[in-house]
This record gives sequence, structure tokens and C-alpha cells, in this order.
Amino acid sequence: MGHIVEIEGVNKIYGKNHVVKDLNLTVEEGEFLTFLGSSGCGKTTTLRMIAGFEEPTTGTIKVEGENIEEKEPFERDVNTVFQSYALFPHKTIFDNIAYGLKMKKVPKAEIKERVTEMMELVQLEGFEKRYPSQLSGGQKQRVAIARALINRPKVLLLDEPLGALDLKLRKQMQLELKRLQKKLNITFIYVTHDQEEALTMSDRIAIMHDGILDQLGTPTEIYESPATKFVATFIGETNIFDGTVSFVQGDHVQVMIENGFISGIGDGFRFGEYMTVSVRPEKMKFSDSPVDGFGITAFVKDYVYVGSVIKCIVELPNGNELKIERLAGQSLPAIGSRIYPYWNKEDAVLIHSKENSIFEALDNIVLA
Amino acid sequence: MGKKHSKHEWKSNTLPAFVMVGPVTVMLILLVAVPLIYVGIMSFCTTDAYYNVVFKFSLENYAQLLSPDYVKIYGQSIVIALITTILCILIGYPFSYIIARTKSKKKQLLYMLVIIPFWTNSLIRIYGWRTFLGSSGWLNSLLQFLHITSGPVDFIYKQGTTVLGMVYCLIPFMILPLYTAIEKLDGNLLEASSDLGAKPVSTFLEVILPLTSGGIFSGSIMVFIPCLGYFFVANILGGGNSDVIGNLIERQFKSGNNWPLGAALSIILIVVTLILVKIYQKAGGDMDSLGV
Repeated sequence: MGHIVEIEGVNKIYGKNHVVKDLNLTVEEGEFLTFLGSSGCGKTTTLRMIAGFEEPTTGTIKVEGENIEEKEPFERDVNTVFQSYALFPHKTIFDNIAYGLKMKKVPKAEIKERVTEMMELVQLEGFEKRYPSQLSGGQKQRVAIARALINRPKVLLLDEPLGALDLKLRKQMQLELKRLQKKLNITFIYVTHDQEEALTMSDRIAIMHDGILDQLGTPTEIYESPATKFVATFIGETNIFDGTVSFVQGDHVQVMIENGFISGIGDGFRFGEYMTVSVRPEKMKFSDSPVDGFGITAFVKDYVYVGSVIKCIVELPNGNELKIERLAGQSLPAIGSRIYPYWNKEDAVLIHSKENSIFEALDNIVLA
Repeated sequence: MGKKHSKHEWKSNTLPAFVMVGPVTVMLILLVAVPLIYVGIMSFCTTDAYYNVVFKFSLENYAQLLSPDYVKIYGQSIVIALITTILCILIGYPFSYIIARTKSKKKQLLYMLVIIPFWTNSLIRIYGWRTFLGSSGWLNSLLQFLHITSGPVDFIYKQGTTVLGMVYCLIPFMILPLYTAIEKLDGNLLEASSDLGAKPVSTFLEVILPLTSGGIFSGSIMVFIPCLGYFFVANILGGGNSDVIGNLIERQFKSGNNWPLGAALSIILIVVTLILVKIYQKAGGDMDSLGV
């Protein structure tokens, strides 16, 4: 496996908007990489720069080691599946799929063969003579994918391709896309704002936030050990505590928070450092008496039954709410009673804050 | 039940139907339908020795329309209209493309440049061209001043000048439907085409042109039909060398003083127009973009 796409120091600036900030990223051959982020985070712009519809303000993009800056979109060996499908309304499904081959002046007999093969692959046999307006959303989606794949691109770029489909169809297409990708062994670069979609399909996820690549990793890495507070809150549900390191012994870290102190396991934390602790609801526990290493209390506010688990909503003295999941069937304290939240120290994710520590702040004041 | 309810709303919220559409209907009947019927009737009448209209049924006028002199002018008229239409497409398409696809703030300005001439009477604008191109006009003065020519050049009273005037007068009718068609074009389709390996020329031929052909078609109808009738352009700039059907009609009503023959010519022009519009409609043209 080699590097198929290398993005080096790429910035994109529109007027006053810095849309993509110093992006460095390597896509491996044959992988399914997803750019995940909320709208306006720069993920689509990044995709469009790879396709050639936008030019990076600075930095280079290489495909198979070759700088593609000078290449027009029609000269690049990458193809795009557009969010709006962008099927040619005046051409039949056959002609839509054949378009890329026709442009490459492939002989007619071969075009017919390859289009037929591709239509089988995306299960659209029999739709050759129809027009896009006669197809359903899911079928249009398949045509868009087939049309983009027929040129056998080195990389397939997908810009929120399932965004317009209903939930059931989307789930089905997610699995189909994954199947196609494995079968054809083509590198997929996928853009979505749907975290579940990203977690289901991707080999690796690149989480973007305000134009910055926050974290790049496998779905498990992203979920289990988020690198930033944004990633922790963006992926799945979590409880966030902001605080200051008050005690470090080996890898044991004790953190002072607004209404007490909590503990976790982490490396490289210094006394006095600002930091964030993230604990998933399913990892959170509570007891009716204080637990060693934890100095927080809360009041049970509400219970929400979600199938096999019960979501406990508890309130901290400062009014913040925590979510704690418990398996159904266990006895629960009455609403309004006092509890002591805690967790296994290794289950907390400790995140370095981007802000300075108290001491660095002091240093700066002294130096100034 | 539902019907009753809606009827009630209709009554309570608006004036009675005849009050709202009545005036327009009366106006259309008096100013369009009645004169048209009158022209239709007159086309089957004859004249006496003093050129007074005699209301006596006759097909004489229609028979006269087939005389070789007239047929020659129909042919000439169609040639002028065709050349004008083609020139309007060639000039109007790039222009429409630029104003429709530009993202700059000048878009409004460019669009206004097409609209503003509508605010001035076209007769005055055509006289403007004559002043500009005439033997002692600006262009000739400039050419002589620069010693490019020694004497005045005959720019006007040529078929080409008529075409120039026609193109000038009618090009907005080509640009406006083209603009609408091109603006409706989804930019993603152009990107998709390029993404799939199409060079700009291929994208134009495969995607842009087929998807804007409706605009070209309706623009052509809107240019071709008036071109057959714009007699004043041929009068002022063509000087009788490039008559169109409109000139024939005008002449019968004025100097010829043969109203029934003029009426018959008008009816023929109306029929030709209706046939062209019908063809347009049959070919899937959008009637709204013709303004009918």
C-alpha cells in the first residue's frame, strides 16, 4: 500500500475567510477515508481542491506522487460523486454512465460492454433507456456512482452522496458503497456531516473543525480516545468536564473542576495545566457513598428509558447536567436523591487544552 | 362541502370576477379582437376605381399575393430574417453566457444594458444609426478625418444595413430567453462533465448547448417573426433595396391605398406566425418564454 493522495500544507482563503488551515494529510491506497465535520468546516472545499474545482491558496496536492496543481479537472484521474448527483438530464442512463468513456474516445463496442458491466455492478440492469427524471433518488444515486466509477479512477471523491436519501435507503446504500469499495479496491474519499455514516463506513476518519484537521484516526481511535474537546463532543454522546490538574502521580491525574475533583489516567499532564475530561455515558457510574478519587455530588433529575438501557439525567450543583447510562432492571435511587458519580479511571479520556496552564500564563505575565 | 367553503372565501376576500377581468376583456375585445376581425373581413373585399373599400366577397387579393413580385419579396424577407436570426444567435449567445454565468457585481449592469434600449422608441434608435452611418454621418467623418477614406462611403441603403438594424433592434429578444436558459443551467453539471474528462469544447457541445437549445429556439422565434414585419428598419436603413413583408403591408395601406390587399398580406403574416409558434410548441418549446 502506497500513498495515493498527499495533501501538504494546504490553505484555502476566500477573501477574509480562511476555509482550510494548513492541512497535512496522506491518503493510503485502497482505503476509505472520510472527512467528517459540521457544515462550513472546510471538508467539501478540501474535496473540491482534490477534484480540481478549486485551487489551494498555498500548498500542494499530489496524486500518486505527482503534483496535480497544473492539471484541469478533466485531466485528473479522480472522479466525483456529487451531492446533487448532477446527472445530465438530457441523456439516457446509458449515455450518462458512458459519458466518461465517450470523452476518452473508447471504442463503441467496449463502451457498451463496460457500461453494461457497470450497470450490473450497481444493480441497474434494464434502466439503460430511461432518463434521470424517471428514476427515484436511490436509483439516481447509483447512476451517479456508476458514472464516476466507469473511468476506473485512482480515487473516487464522494461529496455527501447519501444526504438526499431517506434513512432506510441511506443505511442500505452505506453498506453497498462499502461493498463496492472493497470489491473494486478503489480509494474512496468521502465527505459527510453524519458521524454515524462516518463510523460505519470508514477505515479512517479525518475530523475537521473550523478549517483545521482536529484528528485523523480509525473509528475506534476517534471514539475511544478523542484528541480534542471538539472531537469528543462531536462523536457520540459524552460528558465533558473542564478543569485544572491538581495532582499527578505516575499516570494518575486528579483534576480540579468547578464543584470538586475527579480522576483519570493519562500521560504528559503537568500540575496546573488546563485540561478537559470526557466520559461517555455508558462508562459513567454512580454510588450512594463517596468513591476514592472522586469529589463530586449530583442530584437525580430524571430517568429516560431507551430500550435496554436507562439514561439517568443527573444535575451537578452548578446546574450542569450529566448523562449516565445504566442497564435496565437495576434498582434506581428516587428522583431528587443525592448520588456520587464516578468511573473507572482508565475509562475517562483526558484531553490537553489548547489554552495555557496557569503557570505558563503567570510566566508570560512575569516575562512581560 | 369543501367547494362551498372555498366559494365563501372567494366571495369574502375578492371582488366579483367580472369586476376584475371585465375591463381587460372589454379592452382586448375592442382593441385586438374587433380590429383583427375587421382586417380579416377586409382581406376578402375589393376596391372601386377610387380605391374605396367595397364590401363584396372576393378572393382576388389572395390571388394577387402569388404574383412573382411579391413572392420575390417573401423570399428576400425570409433570407433577411434568417440571417438576422443567425447573427443574433452568434452575438447573443456569448453575451448571454457571460451575463448569466458571471459572479461579479456587474451582472446587473450588463443585464440593464440589454434592457435600457427598450425604454427608447426603436424608430428613434434606427434613425440614430442612419445619422451615424450616413454619407455625412459620424463614421464617415471619422474615416475621412483619419484619412482612411477619401470620400463618403455608402454604408446605408444596402441589405446589410437592414440586417444590421434588425439585429440591433431584435437582439434583446434573443438575449433574454438565452439568459434565462443559461442561468437555469446547473453549474454542477458543468463540473461533472469536466470531472469525467470532457474538455471545455466537449462540455459545451455535450452539455451546455443541448440544455440551452430551448432558449436558442424561443429566441429564434422571437427574432424571426418580428423581422418579417419590421418595415421601418428596411425603410430607414435599406432605402427600398431590402423590403420585408412588413413593407408590402405598409405600402398597401399608405401609398398604394389598397387596404383589402394590405389586409390579405397581414392575414398571411399572422398565419405564418401562428404556424411557426405551433411548430415551436410541437417541438416542446416553453410558451411562457415567448410571452404568449
